[in-house]
Amino acid sequence: MTETYKVQRWTSRSIVSTALIAALQFALLAAPFVFSANVVDHLTTLFVYVVLAITWNALAGYGGLVSVGQQLFFGFGAYGAIRLSQAGVPVYAALALGGVGSAVLALIVSSFMLKLRAGEFAIGMWVLAALVQLLVSLDPIIQGATGTSLLALNSFAPAARRADTYWFGLVAMAGVALLLFLLLRSRLGAAMQAIRDNEEAARSVGVRVQLAKRIMFVLAALGAGMAGAVWLATSISFQPNTYFGVQWTAYMIFMTLVGGIGTFEGPILGAVLFFAVEAAFGAEGVWYLIGIGAAAVGFALLLPQGIWGWMERRYALRLLPVGYVLKLQGVDAGRQHGFARRSVPPPPAAMRISEQS
Amino acid sequence: MFWLNQILQGILLGGYYALLAAGLSFLFGVMRVINLAHGSLAVLGAFIMMVVYQALGISPLGGLLLMLPIMALLGVALQFLIIEPSLKGGALVPLLATFGLALICDNVLFSIFGADTRSFAADIGTLSYDSWNIGSLYISKLACLVFAVALLVLGGTQLLLSRTQIGRRIRATAEDEDAARLSGVDTRLIRAATTALAMVMVGLAGAALGASGSFDPYAGGPQLLYAFEAVVIGGTGSLWGTLIGGIVLGVSQGVGGAINTHLSQIAGHVVFLIVLIARLYQGGEISAYLRRLRVRFA
Repeated sequence: MTETYKVQRWTSRSIVSTALIAALQFALLAAPFVFSANVVDHLTTLFVYVVLAITWNALAGYGGLVSVGQQLFFGFGAYGAIRLSQAGVPVYAALALGGVGSAVLALIVSSFMLKLRAGEFAIGMWVLAALVQLLVSLDPIIQGATGTSLLALNSFAPAARRADTYWFGLVAMAGVALLLFLLLRSRLGAAMQAIRDNEEAARSVGVRVQLAKRIMFVLAALGAGMAGAVWLATSISFQPNTYFGVQWTAYMIFMTLVGGIGTFEGPILGAVLFFAVEAAFGAEGVWYLIGIGAAAVGFALLLPQGIWGWMERRYALRLLPVGYVLKLQGVDAGRQHGFARRSVPPPPAAMRISEQS
Repeated sequence: MFWLNQILQGILLGGYYALLAAGLSFLFGVMRVINLAHGSLAVLGAFIMMVVYQALGISPLGGLLLMLPIMALLGVALQFLIIEPSLKGGALVPLLATFGLALICDNVLFSIFGADTRSFAADIGTLSYDSWNIGSLYISKLACLVFAVALLVLGGTQLLLSRTQIGRRIRATAEDEDAARLSGVDTRLIRAATTALAMVMVGLAGAALGASGSFDPYAGGPQLLYAFEAVVIGGTGSLWGTLIGGIVLGVSQGVGGAINTHLSQIAGHVVFLIVLIARLYQGGEISAYLRRLRVRFA
């Protein structure tokens, strides 16, 4: 066997798929001119789910931080938007700044929350969400549990509002996804994937674990905050109980686990699946939620790599490359991937830098 | 006198929080699992007790005595079906699996019992309002009973772990599972017994919740937060630590609520955060404290 190899990020397949996905984003810009109001609304909802899924995955899948308190940032983003809008900021600017406000909040609380370990961090975040919900309810303009509305949006004609909100959601989703994509491909991204695979080992080779986690935490908060702002723009009304509800985190966990935790593409698939499941069974109420919980337990225990992780392993798929492929010459690339995922033969026929442990 | 009364009620409420926290901290101490379904399972226990005593037409105490073995069996099932498989998947999987379990538990309860708020108060006779009067202080007999049960559970657990054969085996399993197995301990059985015991504590907490307060299918989330706060505030993880944590939480809520009803829960959460931050910046990281907690329990 020859010793020559090359490190490869792009494969021909991933170049095509990335180009297609980028093209799809641009094509989606035209949706309000083409589709009915109903479809546009549904797509906006889908964007919210995608943002929630990819950012929760960024936190848990790459940062190794399971938070059951991401509703904190979802609700705070919406609340910030309402506050800023009331203060006279143009409404879509207020929505965007609301999302940014969540990131700022995350930056502040990260100074102590990130010192907590796994389970303490998970529940600690929930406590923080409960606390902020109570504080927000005390704000006179929120009127306690009754809530309030983003009145500024009512000045737009319904059709214009729908299209603007759609574009806002699309840009928020594409922006957050692009940010994460670029981040994961940077030097820092290699650090994060190392943390995902083995935190202790990453630390021992000089990865700044705490900094990497902090960046993921803030990014996840930005995503959740933006999602909350988009949700507010679609539903107009704001009740603390709904926006700070733990069900948002349940949805994020479902989407990420089912799609594939620790992969870039998996949560996007998970969000699409969740969207379909909700459309089909959402009317079932509690049984739908029981199904979501059962699927989360089932995937966590039986298929922890999720659907995408399984497909990636099975078929060596990688549409949006954030890792590297080490390619030995003269061996078929597809077979190398599948091989390397399961065993470590000396010398390895192929190995992905982002190999999961 | 008003403040003295608020503090006294807070201390008594702290007994409930300590009882609620016992199962969570026991499972964490021995198994290193933070059970996110903890609160939901306590509410499940309360519902099981309610169904049992109402269906059989017996006293709530009878319902409690039948509910506890059911909870123990559920604990064994929980161990074999969820905790044990999830522990193989690393540190994150138990969190995700127990969170999913909480979601299932809450919504199954909702689908059966609806959103109504329940309480055992009507079925426990005068116990729900009996109290001792000292001047203008009112000391509820039920709250004292819950406090005493909390003391018994925490003290009993400590004695069990330090003085009995099964306690030694639980400690050995927690310390080094492989070594324990090599020495002839059936560690799977011990782990199942541990979870069963934790679930009995959870069941007692559920009964206390139903008797001295009220519950509904979605009451589990807040109960998990209170239990967790009591464990973290108490710090040391010993008998007195958990009890003190519960009392500090109860007093914070009582005093906060006396200033303004909105402040009751806020005060509890804020005190929790202050203790958390103080600990992080004072005596090293919280993980160090949790390592100590494990040693004390084990």
